Amino acid sequence: MTVSAVAAELWLALAGMALLMLGAFRRDARGGGFIGLVIGAFVVAGIIVLGPAAAPARAFDGLFVIDGFAVFVKLLVLIGAGATLLMSYGYIGRERMNRFEFPVLVLFATVGMMMMVSANDLMALYLGLELQGLALYVAAAFQRDSLRSTEAGLKYFVLGALASGMLLYGASLIYGFTGTTRFTALAALFAGGETPSLGVVVGLVFLAAGLAFKVSAVPFHMWTPDVYEGAPTPVTAFFSVAPKIAAIGLLVRVMSQPFGGLVDQWQQIVVFVSVGSMLLGAFAAIGQTNIKRLMAYSSIGHVGYALIGLAAGTAAGVRGILIYMAIYLAMNAGTFGCILAMRRKDQMVEGIDDLAGLSRTQPMLALALGAFMFSLAGVPPLAGFFGKFYVFLAAIDAKLYVLAVIGVLSSVVAAFYYLRIVKIMYFDEPAEAFDQPVGRELSWVVAATAVFVIFFFVYPSPVVDGAQTAAASLFP
Amino acid sequence: MTELPLLSLTIFLPLVGAVFILLVRGETDIVARNARSVALWTSLITFLVSLFLWLGFDNGTAGFQFVEKASWIPAFRIDYHVGIDGLSLLMVLLTTFVTPLAIFASWEAITVRVKEFMIAFLVLETAMIGVFAALDFVIFYLFFEAMLIPMFLIIGVWGGPRRVYAAFKFFLYTLVGSVLLLLAILAMYFQTGTTDIPTLLATHFSPAMQRWLWLALFAGFAVKVPMWPVHTWLPDAHVEAPTAGSMVLAGILLKFGGYGFLRFSMPMLPDASVFFTPFIYVLSVIAIVYTSLVALAQEDMKKLIAYSSVAHMGFVTIGIFTQTTQGMEGAIMVMLSHGVVSAALFLCVGVVYDRCHSRLITHYGGLVHRMPKYAFLFMLFMLASVGLPGTSGFIGEFLSLVGTYRVNTAVAVLATLGIILGPCYMLWLYRRVVFGALTKDHLKAIVDVNAREVAILAPMALVMWIGIYPEPFLAAIRGTVAGMLASAAPVAATLAQAAP
Repeated sequence: MTVSAVAAELWLALAGMALLMLGAFRRDARGGGFIGLVIGAFVVAGIIVLGPAAAPARAFDGLFVIDGFAVFVKLLVLIGAGATLLMSYGYIGRERMNRFEFPVLVLFATVGMMMMVSANDLMALYLGLELQGLALYVAAAFQRDSLRSTEAGLKYFVLGALASGMLLYGASLIYGFTGTTRFTALAALFAGGETPSLGVVVGLVFLAAGLAFKVSAVPFHMWTPDVYEGAPTPVTAFFSVAPKIAAIGLLVRVMSQPFGGLVDQWQQIVVFVSVGSMLLGAFAAIGQTNIKRLMAYSSIGHVGYALIGLAAGTAAGVRGILIYMAIYLAMNAGTFGCILAMRRKDQMVEGIDDLAGLSRTQPMLALALGAFMFSLAGVPPLAGFFGKFYVFLAAIDAKLYVLAVIGVLSSVVAAFYYLRIVKIMYFDEPAEAFDQPVGRELSWVVAATAVFVIFFFVYPSPVVDGAQTAAASLFP
Repeated sequence: MTELPLLSLTIFLPLVGAVFILLVRGETDIVARNARSVALWTSLITFLVSLFLWLGFDNGTAGFQFVEKASWIPAFRIDYHVGIDGLSLLMVLLTTFVTPLAIFASWEAITVRVKEFMIAFLVLETAMIGVFAALDFVIFYLFFEAMLIPMFLIIGVWGGPRRVYAAFKFFLYTLVGSVLLLLAILAMYFQTGTTDIPTLLATHFSPAMQRWLWLALFAGFAVKVPMWPVHTWLPDAHVEAPTAGSMVLAGILLKFGGYGFLRFSMPMLPDASVFFTPFIYVLSVIAIVYTSLVALAQEDMKKLIAYSSVAHMGFVTIGIFTQTTQGMEGAIMVMLSHGVVSAALFLCVGVVYDRCHSRLITHYGGLVHRMPKYAFLFMLFMLASVGLPGTSGFIGEFLSLVGTYRVNTAVAVLATLGIILGPCYMLWLYRRVVFGALTKDHLKAIVDVNAREVAILAPMALVMWIGIYPEPFLAAIRGTVAGMLASAAPVAATLAQAAP
């Protein structure tokens, strides 16, 4: 075992504990300064992930694995966590969240996600999942004197615990029928392609159900709108990006590595979940008036599209998912950046109608949000189109024509509500302007993500090639 | 071939202008004035550059010219690949010709958010030229869809009272069609491992696969043409769009459909094209006859012209799928002529709309007494629209019908009904608006077209030139059409035998 394989996680865990100490023993500990420290820790972790910890390796007797896939997803998670944390800087100062625990919680959740992504054993998987889960439950309820926030936290906790239970039950069934929890051993067991025993299939279904909850895919999506709406906005932004990417990464690894030989057993499940998520995401969002709720349904829909790539069950599909998640990260972080800028008379506003006439009061913000909306709708030449392009490419390659047709048609339905936001910003008479200025750190994130989304098409190779290498490592 | 990337220059010059306008800062009035000038000059220079394309174009070959290729997504072998043949050349010229006129037409009509309008318009121009010049299917699709965003905003921000409804309808209708087109592109990619259009043109797909691909392409292009019954977005979009938006919509955007059929459906999927020809005939004949009748019943001038566009496009689709030299050349000539004439007609409506703020036919009457110059210009374009011999409309529709007659007499006869109905609604429109006694009080003080309006309408009188001497245009497409027919020759032969 080499320490370098787990160096990034070790570093972050140690940094987290040190920060906790620092926070506990300093009277004047505030969230703002800690955000800077945590982001610094993320940057260092990112360098470790790219540098010493990038070589394919195993650690802890094979419980923990580093491969190209893990590196790619970890980088996305770190970027997502860092960007959303940066955006929360202004918010936590104003909304009575200025306590040092918040950035530290995000940091611990990130450690959990990185472990999830590198898990090579059902136990390691659970460990990572719970570490991030527990941190997230607390983060959702972080505005402890707000009824909505505590409700969101509690809801998330109860339903999350249920999902964890299902996942554990599935894992125990699989262990009972196969005698191992190690991914590599399971993969070898199913490599022959013969039909497994019923117990394994039932276990697999439970496992998939638990993971579907974590990625908020239909039919385990019910918690998402409530939690997204209730949680403090920066926490929602974080939820919609980093944990989702990590959970998708985990799902992809579990399905394609240990159970890669059972693709016939789980493909229908993934197809169903994908179709359900796309359709629900498209139709349920139409009636929403709260933009955070709308983004919740939007994220359900996007998970559906990403899962198309998984349903294909090929390296091309995984590549599609990874590209999709990279682009999704930019679009969602940017959109939530714009949502965080929606303040009027020093109060957050969340209604879609509050955006009325934004193109006149704040043209640049409207332009950025408009670009994100068109991109989320998948209109070329914006980045969102390329995300969809690569997953549909994989679907056609795997001859999943019906799935692809449902996918593109639901994307048209979804385009309606994204366009509605553009319509409100550009066609409607201006409402009262938002508070200015929006905060420097927020502008940075929005500007950077907008540039990425608009100009992705000019030079897509880094992301595409990176995803290609990452996906190849999962299919040796 | 020149060293200068002339074609890319044509495509991206408007975009440069748009960026330039974006950077303009200052007081609203000055910004508006600068934005107008920059947009107009950019589009005029683009037109000049595109004229150099025409000058350097070699009529003698069927291949693509001014080809430029650069690696874009090497992992998928998708390249930035552009080039033009005769068909593309005429369409690019049409685009660069109509756009400055449309920008000039919105000189006074657009008073709010001028800067944004001009940016949207120039971005739109880039997308439109890109569609016609793309030689990679993904690049084509990129431009094809990218044009939705500026058009959505043009209709939605600067449109009429029901603009929101119209903008959404336009966007969603087009999107439904084009996402299916995307799936077809992906399916072709897996068959051949490339999205390069010349390579795909040389590929023969299995007949079963061709039918599915053809239907998916049809979904994308039929909405754009628009063919009956997916034409209903057009009247709404036209009526609500500002004058310049209608000009570009009718003049250029509708040509994407015909262009798509000519470039992709027919030569790439020849078997399926033959298989679906009766289907196209039926839809086109319905479009010609039904929408002509609908046009007769319209009370709104813009709506009437919009329905007439659907009818004219029927000749395009019929002509293309006859797979004869005359039919296809005719279709291209209809596209070209309609591109100029419909834009001019929308402008004619815009002229009186700017003065009276009504598009209702009953609102007008006897304009000839106060606006003789206007009456003359309007008549010119009206006659070109109905296809009077000597105008551009005649050449196209005549050739298209000749081609149809060669393969299917019944369809030709039914389609000719459109030639009869066309003058009915157009002449009647003209009589009600321009002729008669000037009785309405609000028209007593109406002023004739000013110098700016004449400056826009006069170049459009170019249609006369096409009608009298179509050779330069026909020469440009002759090689191209022959090449397309050669690629589908065996199939076309069976079709000719099957005809009575």
